Amino acid sequence: MNAITIYVPIDSAARSVGADDVAEVIQTEAAKRGIEIKLVRNGTRGMLWLEPLVEVATPAGRIAYGPVTVNDVAGLFKADFLKGSPHHLSRGLTDQIPWLKSQERLTFARLGITDPLNPDDYVAHGGLAGLIKALPLSPAAIVAEVAESGLRGRGGAGFPAGIKWKTVHDAVADEKFVCCNADEGDSGTFADRMVMEDDPFMLIEGMTIAAIATGATQGYIYVRSEYPQAKLHLEKAIAIALDHKWLGDNILGSGHRFHLDVRVGAGAYVCGEETAMLESLEGKRGIVRDKPPIPALVGLWGKPTLVNNVLTLASVPVILAKGAAFYKNYGVGKSLGTQAFQLAGNIKQGGLVEKSFGVSLDELINGYGGGTHTGRPIRAVQVGGPLGSYVPAHQLTIAADYETLTSIGAIMGHGGIVVFDDTVDMARQAHFAMEFCAEESCGKCTPCRIGSTRGVEVMNHIIAGTKVPENLKLLDELCEIMATGSLCAMGGLTPLPVRSAMTHFPEDFHKHPPATQRVA
Amino acid sequence: MNNVWNADRANTIIGQFRTVRGGLLPALHALQHHFGYVDDAAIPLLADAFNQTGADIYGVLTYYHDFKRARPGRHTIKVCRAEACQSMGSEQLLDDIKKRLNVDVGGKTLDGEFSLEQVFCLGNCALPPSIMMDETLHGRITIDQVESLCRKVRS
Repeated sequence: MNAITIYVPIDSAARSVGADDVAEVIQTEAAKRGIEIKLVRNGTRGMLWLEPLVEVATPAGRIAYGPVTVNDVAGLFKADFLKGSPHHLSRGLTDQIPWLKSQERLTFARLGITDPLNPDDYVAHGGLAGLIKALPLSPAAIVAEVAESGLRGRGGAGFPAGIKWKTVHDAVADEKFVCCNADEGDSGTFADRMVMEDDPFMLIEGMTIAAIATGATQGYIYVRSEYPQAKLHLEKAIAIALDHKWLGDNILGSGHRFHLDVRVGAGAYVCGEETAMLESLEGKRGIVRDKPPIPALVGLWGKPTLVNNVLTLASVPVILAKGAAFYKNYGVGKSLGTQAFQLAGNIKQGGLVEKSFGVSLDELINGYGGGTHTGRPIRAVQVGGPLGSYVPAHQLTIAADYETLTSIGAIMGHGGIVVFDDTVDMARQAHFAMEFCAEESCGKCTPCRIGSTRGVEVMNHIIAGTKVPENLKLLDELCEIMATGSLCAMGGLTPLPVRSAMTHFPEDFHKHPPATQRVA
Repeated sequence: MNNVWNADRANTIIGQFRTVRGGLLPALHALQHHFGYVDDAAIPLLADAFNQTGADIYGVLTYYHDFKRARPGRHTIKVCRAEACQSMGSEQLLDDIKKRLNVDVGGKTLDGEFSLEQVFCLGNCALPPSIMMDETLHGRITIDQVESLCRKVRS
């Protein structure tokens, strides 16, 4: 009998809830029963609430069981799960699980299907097709294809990728760089981490295409230090890619040269801002630069530099492989293609949902997410990270695309959606937004550096019930100055969560009794 | 990790990054990886290697949250305090950890076993609250599980 293949994810979210132990116990149990199995550590399917999700390869397809604990393993063997037999943890054929089946996985097409560090798996599941399509094209033609696709920067700003690429392409210099911003610091986001841990060759392929298109010969991936496993997988994947000539001095025999290094951040949120990231890559304090000049012209060590987020670069292979026309069939208006929505926080069925732009927040949160984890009513949802607005429950019917979110004073950001139930105190959340900004400000500009510290003080007064109307007025003025006077999005967008909390949840700012009225 | 400070060893480590472009951050990471922190005695060595002033090096060393200037505990517990974890009670979890381990954020336990740090996002936002014990991530964690993890790494 051939060994049966069992999949247990190696993604760090799956490992955070016991996937390593489950994998080990499955090995032991199989050995004990004298059954030969082949255990593959695949990436996660993105259904994080089902982790650890164990899959068994059967003639009918892969059958999923989850969430599996070490205590379930013996029972699974007893129920003959190696044949895909029924068990109370069985989810049926993985591909047929509605949560997964109804998604539009373009960028994340391989997510969880492959072993992240197996190059044969990568190629067998469509990897490298984009690079192979790109190699015979002129750099200008590659740039044109990306521009035509409508791809916008997925890091948060939503700037058209094609324009940025063309700027670097047109710049004349003795050296150019491609830098991948993998400093995914927004709470509620983990899609970059999934790309790096679960499909790292895709990022390498996207960066290689970007390098050929712009004329860059050296690339850096700036990954945050909180992601040790992403760093490990990237380094291993780069070594494998070099061996296979997917990187190096003569990429797939084309004569193109591109080298790639991983650099690790050091716990500064603001280094997710592109110019602060460049300073950090140069070995300096990660302090925001003035713009202009833009990094596309004067970037890393003063050279033209393409800076894109992980998801932007990871979307490039599929655009090249299937064509711009295919990609822009998805999405609405000026928000073309798909977005990796990340369902997070107090949510029942959290994980990664890749859908066309324009899907409603309600479908994402209540449809896919199944409501709150605690089972209590949703009160607020923060969309787009710690610098994003709090959206009240009654506004969740709106579509999630750049323009529609902007129209209600919210942002798409990096696609993170953090759900809060009705126990949340929005004055505390406003306080936290200011505290976070004070903690993470690079200190270069006054509105952000001083404004956030004053914001914390003012919020302390409001929460203590001291001169609330006066302090609310002061807070609003402070927000105005931060929003209009800050050098970058750190200070510039911190007012979004603060003001949206004030606008939609005013009662939370008035419920704290004045100190003198408290019972001692 | 946590080796006793040794200037020769530090110079060898720094030497590996002397010619690396933007090598200061990787050098600081490597020093911290070996010694558990970056001793102030490394500042002149780094200044010399990277042809910068001691003030430049000090500026970089103190800018980033990650770099420690004093020996941390044998194990580091990072508790995520970002919004997704807040929505599932991370503030309470952090308070409980402080009480049960008798340690404040930024400090270490009296026996030198654990350092406690706050972080803003570990990228495990669908399974909150999360902590990281050394380099291992733990999701959907409770205070009792944190305690049992502490017992496990201590033994």
